[in-house]
Amino acid sequence: MTATTNHADTPAFTETMTMIEAIRDALTLEMARDERVVVLGEDVGVLGGVFRATDGLQQRFGERRVIDTPLAEGVIIGAAVGLAVSGLIPVPELQFLGFGHQAFHQIGQQVARFRFRSQGRHPMPITIRSPFGGGVRTPELHSDAFEAMYTNTPGLKVVTPADAYDAKGMLLAAIRDPDPVLFLEPLRGYRLVSGEVPTGDYMVPLGRSNVVREGDDVTLIAYSAAVQMCMKAAGVLSSEHGVSAHVLDLRSLVPLDVEGLVAAVERTGRVVIVHEAPLTSGFGAELAATIQREAFYSLQVPIERVTAPDTPYPLGGTEDFYVPQISDVVRGVLTAMER
Amino acid sequence: MLAQFVPDGTAPSPIQYLAADGALAEGVTPSMSDDEVRAGLRLMMLTRAFDTKAMSLQRQGRFGTFSQVTGQEASIVGSASALDPRIDWVVPQYRELPALLRQGLPLSSFMLYFMGNLAGSRIPDNVNILPIQISLAAQIPQAVGLAWGLQLQQTGGVVIVYFGDGASSEGDFHEACNLAGVLKAPVVFMLSNNGWAISTPRHKQSAATSLAARAPGYGFPGVVVDGNDLLAVHAVTSEAVARARAGEGPTLIESVTYRMGPHNTADDPTRYVVASELDAWKPLDPIARVQRHLTARGLWSDDQCQVVEAELSAEIEEALVVARAAPPPSASQLFDHVYADAPATMLRQRAARLGVTA
Ligand SMILES: Cc1ncc(C[n+]2csc(CCOP(=O)(O)OP(=O)(O)O)c2C)c(N)n1
Repeated sequence: MTATTNHADTPAFTETMTMIEAIRDALTLEMARDERVVVLGEDVGVLGGVFRATDGLQQRFGERRVIDTPLAEGVIIGAAVGLAVSGLIPVPELQFLGFGHQAFHQIGQQVARFRFRSQGRHPMPITIRSPFGGGVRTPELHSDAFEAMYTNTPGLKVVTPADAYDAKGMLLAAIRDPDPVLFLEPLRGYRLVSGEVPTGDYMVPLGRSNVVREGDDVTLIAYSAAVQMCMKAAGVLSSEHGVSAHVLDLRSLVPLDVEGLVAAVERTGRVVIVHEAPLTSGFGAELAATIQREAFYSLQVPIERVTAPDTPYPLGGTEDFYVPQISDVVRGVLTAMER
Repeated sequence: MLAQFVPDGTAPSPIQYLAADGALAEGVTPSMSDDEVRAGLRLMMLTRAFDTKAMSLQRQGRFGTFSQVTGQEASIVGSASALDPRIDWVVPQYRELPALLRQGLPLSSFMLYFMGNLAGSRIPDNVNILPIQISLAAQIPQAVGLAWGLQLQQTGGVVIVYFGDGASSEGDFHEACNLAGVLKAPVVFMLSNNGWAISTPRHKQSAATSLAARAPGYGFPGVVVDGNDLLAVHAVTSEAVARARAGEGPTLIESVTYRMGPHNTADDPTRYVVASELDAWKPLDPIARVQRHLTARGLWSDDQCQVVEAELSAEIEEALVVARAAPPPSASQLFDHVYADAPATMLRQRAARLGVTA
């Protein structure tokens, strides 16, 4: 059992960056490279974003390309549609995915299907960036993991990097993608997760999963902040329970890397899916259905899902009971092992 | 040019009763009695003291992210004081603590909420307020519906809904105004223009010279008031409430004030607030203004001030004791009040979380 080096092809010139720095680096690089790229959103300009993801962009690229909009998510995304039609490449920010509801009529009905509705005349090369997920004691209504609302929206890509290297490489791929991408950033990982990131240009293709830890007894499948948790759980499983966990970071939900998923399942025959969203209709349900269709005969036991319960995201004091913890992952794995 | 409706480019000067030095403007008759003014001042001072306390609790990790009222006390207290808490409702954003207290919310309950305890989300049944709204502007259509319901049931009640200049850019605000105008709903739209929405300044929020000037577009009146003037805010709101009660429909009040602190405990305003602007607002402090007004009339003194301050800090400590005595958050709370009749799947999840059999 070896921890694989995450990114074997890392070029020579790298820097240690947090996820937020990697995201900023990608935005800076792409805005410098392609003058059609514009960034718009609440507090993205002078302040540089409430998490500083866009810090310095307005100073460097000016107020015409980095725009502090009035406070209205619907108009931010709706205007991005028009900007795209005009020939620009908008990278709007939703300050928190919780407020994606205020823009969902534009995202679900418009952004995702404009190419289809115009039968190819108007592609939507829009990348909507948004932090999501819990564990950091935000005020109410900020922390839900609503990814499944969007994966059930054909026409839209939904990607979920878990580390700094992927954050930069996938953001560059997303902005250059001719289709709309919802680029979800883990609130919890913004400053907590850091790693070696190439200083230059590179892309991590959308739709390729990544084995972040090799193991033989059980396969943990996760994305975004849950990946780090699975890595920690894998450590506990190894040291305290003698269980060797294989950890797959999906990186992208739509498109889904079915081949990578099947290979990871076949490796151990025991599957535990981990996400922060509630169980019912969570993305885990889609994964479980895909696995039973594509890898049924390699499954030794039923698929376990470790998720939030089917209840609303609570206030901070109850948050740790709600968001899956390392101990929940360990328990899920032990259940799968004992069957 | 063929246009008939054009912006005239002038912002009306806000209605003012008290000058910054506390002097009453000539020819105006306050709508508050001296006792009401003193009660208002006390509530403003409580709010200010609580802000300081909450900030320090937050820094110690005992309080969640919190938005102070500092600078906006007259705007909130003056307007809320125009209501009859028995029949009228307050629909807040999140920066309106004194309005909630005046309606009867225990301070300990507010604290519990900010300590992250779900018990703090339960507002006592006889207190006419809706929960703090985090999702900006979502409360505004709800307030119109509530006012509409009160109107249909002829309760005589009026609803006041609070929101910021930022929130007033959301579609929900405009849709709500439109409906309220059509229905002549008994609602007062209280727009707290504190200059900022996090880092976004008022002039980037709207090209309208006055935010209140949007009201005629929806078929009802708008008014701009000096939000740091307790008496003016009370007078203007009282009139709007009276209009609403009389069936004459909504009013949009733009209360011009200033956020004297950070947006919330996670914000660093030095990145975007120009110090000179903040300095210009300092002499306009709403609490000092009322104190000067009362002092000049022999109704307030430094001694009294000290007595009240001591009482208020005792009140806050007491509320804190009550809040801390509440049962700590528990996993079972996640599953309470989600449904009247909980689905079996959820009950199984509950059992698994609590380690009991369903
Ligand atoms: C729908 C929605 N979008 C974004 C946010 C994030 N956010 C919280 S407060 C705030 C600014 C609010 O400004 P304003 O309405 O003027 O009220 P103030 O805080 O100044 O009192 C923003 C953008 C939110 N809470 N809700």
